[in-house]
Amino acid sequence: MTSQNTKTEMLSGAAMVIRALADEGVEYLYGYPGGAVLHIYDALFQQSKVKHVLVRHEQAATHMADAYARASGKAGVVLVTSGPGATNAVTGIATAYMDSIPMVVLTGQVMSHLIGEDAFQETDMLGISRPIVKHNMSVRRPEDIPYLIKKAFYIAQSGRPGPVVLDIPKDMTMPNERYPYQYPESIKLRSYNPTAAGHPGQIKKAVTALLKAKRPVIYAGGGVIMGQASDELTALARKLNYPVTNTLMGLGAYPAADRQFVGMLGMHGSYEANMTMHHADVILAVGARFDDRVTNNTKKFCPDATIIHIDIDPASISKTINAHIPIVGLVKPVLSAMLAQLEQKKAQPDAPALATWWQQIDQWRAVHGGRYNSDTPVLKPQAVIEAVSRITQGEAYVTSDVGQHQMFAAQYYQFNKPNRWINSGGLGTMGFGLPAAMGVKLNYPDADVICVTGEGSIQMNIQELSTCKQYGLGVKIINLNNGYLGMVKQWQDMNYESRYASSYMDSLPDFVKLAEAYGHVGIRVTKPEELQPALERAFATKDQLVFLDIHVDPKEHVYPMQVPGGAINEMFLSKTKRT
Amino acid sequence: MRHIISVLLENEPGSLARVVGLFAQRGYNIDSLTVAPTEDATMSRLTLVTHGNDQVIEQITKQLHKLIEVVKLQDLSESAHVERELMLIKVKATSNELRDEVKRCADIFRGQIIDVTAKTFTIQVVGTSDKLDAFIEALKGSAIIEVVRSGVSGIARGEKTLAL
Repeated sequence: MTSQNTKTEMLSGAAMVIRALADEGVEYLYGYPGGAVLHIYDALFQQSKVKHVLVRHEQAATHMADAYARASGKAGVVLVTSGPGATNAVTGIATAYMDSIPMVVLTGQVMSHLIGEDAFQETDMLGISRPIVKHNMSVRRPEDIPYLIKKAFYIAQSGRPGPVVLDIPKDMTMPNERYPYQYPESIKLRSYNPTAAGHPGQIKKAVTALLKAKRPVIYAGGGVIMGQASDELTALARKLNYPVTNTLMGLGAYPAADRQFVGMLGMHGSYEANMTMHHADVILAVGARFDDRVTNNTKKFCPDATIIHIDIDPASISKTINAHIPIVGLVKPVLSAMLAQLEQKKAQPDAPALATWWQQIDQWRAVHGGRYNSDTPVLKPQAVIEAVSRITQGEAYVTSDVGQHQMFAAQYYQFNKPNRWINSGGLGTMGFGLPAAMGVKLNYPDADVICVTGEGSIQMNIQELSTCKQYGLGVKIINLNNGYLGMVKQWQDMNYESRYASSYMDSLPDFVKLAEAYGHVGIRVTKPEELQPALERAFATKDQLVFLDIHVDPKEHVYPMQVPGGAINEMFLSKTKRT
Repeated sequence: MRHIISVLLENEPGSLARVVGLFAQRGYNIDSLTVAPTEDATMSRLTLVTHGNDQVIEQITKQLHKLIEVVKLQDLSESAHVERELMLIKVKATSNELRDEVKRCADIFRGQIIDVTAKTFTIQVVGTSDKLDAFIEALKGSAIIEVVRSGVSGIARGEKTLAL
């Protein structure tokens, strides 16, 4: 804000929208114009602080904003028009909601006097988005715009983050009607005050329980990433020398290369992570929500464990699994408080018990250890991810779509830093990967940004290759092409006697030519020996998008895989072996 | 178990839809729901009767609390409280015999006849939901024409309050 200017500025509603975003520090706005937001687009055109990225489909705008938020921790911002513009954004809003990602979505709306009359491009966006937002609001007076935008950011970014939709009727943005503009510095709501610090008594209890543990495990989720508490988590785990498992959303919260890391847990978690959880006597759950893809059968879940659960959302505590020591608060201050107490306490972890526990864990590590049959003439998808991990030294931003390739990326890419692994964990949105990679690349132009995808998922937002060209987004696409919707096929192999109902994709495009048609570089890899040179060439090509169409073994399955309805320790380890 | 949950809600467009939507979305039961502004016009008070086991009720109160527009809430049934429901019931009153019987019954339940025509009585009864159920049961023989119930309103006894 211009502090030297003492006179209140008079701005139109449209100008206020853009000015408020600029005052909020927003650099990029992802969107698509249309009738109801034309005044706002005109205001956008007349300034240079907030830059607009024109996508090819509104869903991509939401995923770009979402991925920016996942990488930076700050809310991504979307601008779409009413009706189809807004409904096209719905999948992206739901994706952000399921993974607690801060996002502000500005949707155009028809003139307020037309609302409810089935006007052209009218849709009840507040009604449609209600179950998939943290909050939604509509503008009823243009002068409220600065307050409502501040409120949207405050709600989206505080407490358990989430998407907020602000619906803006066109007549709230008339260019010739001006109102006093002042952007609020902060917002206070009587009905919303998220807890920050955890209850000291509960924290004390938790530390005591942790120190008494003989078979402890730390189970860390996406809350550690969004709560920027990776350092605290790492310090706590190292101080205690306890094993750590990360959820799909939590990968990178604890460094994958560390000896104490036992891998991801859950449906396709590592054997050792799932075994460690099942046999644990104390589980410290940090910013994780005992999702059904983690617990498997809740009735059989970790029978011996005392559960300490730190979460910012009280509703996540004891929702599916009863917590014995619940702590409501932001993970960062709670973990800091726990660390401080550990420093003060004379009590140490039970060293002999811990030594026995680590021996046991090391035995589990030897059982499966992520091994796959690599001695074949066909390229294995796991080998591709391992090679990508090596060549980028675990430093790249990796986005993914949904399916087998997503699980291979989660299992075989070594995430040593938080905010580097960007995938749709909760909603499982195919089509997420490419726009997500674009959102990251735009904001981190010097970083390697990889989209791990499959020939099914990539086609759900393939049109964004055009946006990549327009903005020079040198994303590296790793297309694990097996000609099948791999995860669907895997389930059909395992549960439907290999009846491949609609899981084979006939008539695939020539992805190399397709990439070239959009003005990018395309490379096809069909043999194992072609992989390394192709990757080297791709990562040496700094300023261009490289589409690597990598033909991998169509018969490969993702293992371990939990047995349906079983406990967390009941897994298939290969096509022929189960626990 | 039956629970009565009282909610103070920002009186804004769409806030009621959010509460109702939450119940539909998460598969919780609503047995009755009443809502109206309080003495402070910016705030509504909502009384919701639901049922479920302890875990479900805990989730209901937590999820309600998560709604941005929910200011405060209280599970009234956890402690001493007063609850009332209002019912208007229209019955056939076509003969003297029937009119006398309905009148007697209404007196027993401290109901008031608030509208009379040659063929009908309309009676107002206030009480707990059980009492209203019992009144309906008592009038079953007299050909009920129409029933409208307000749903439960409740308030904690004594010093306990749900206010800002």
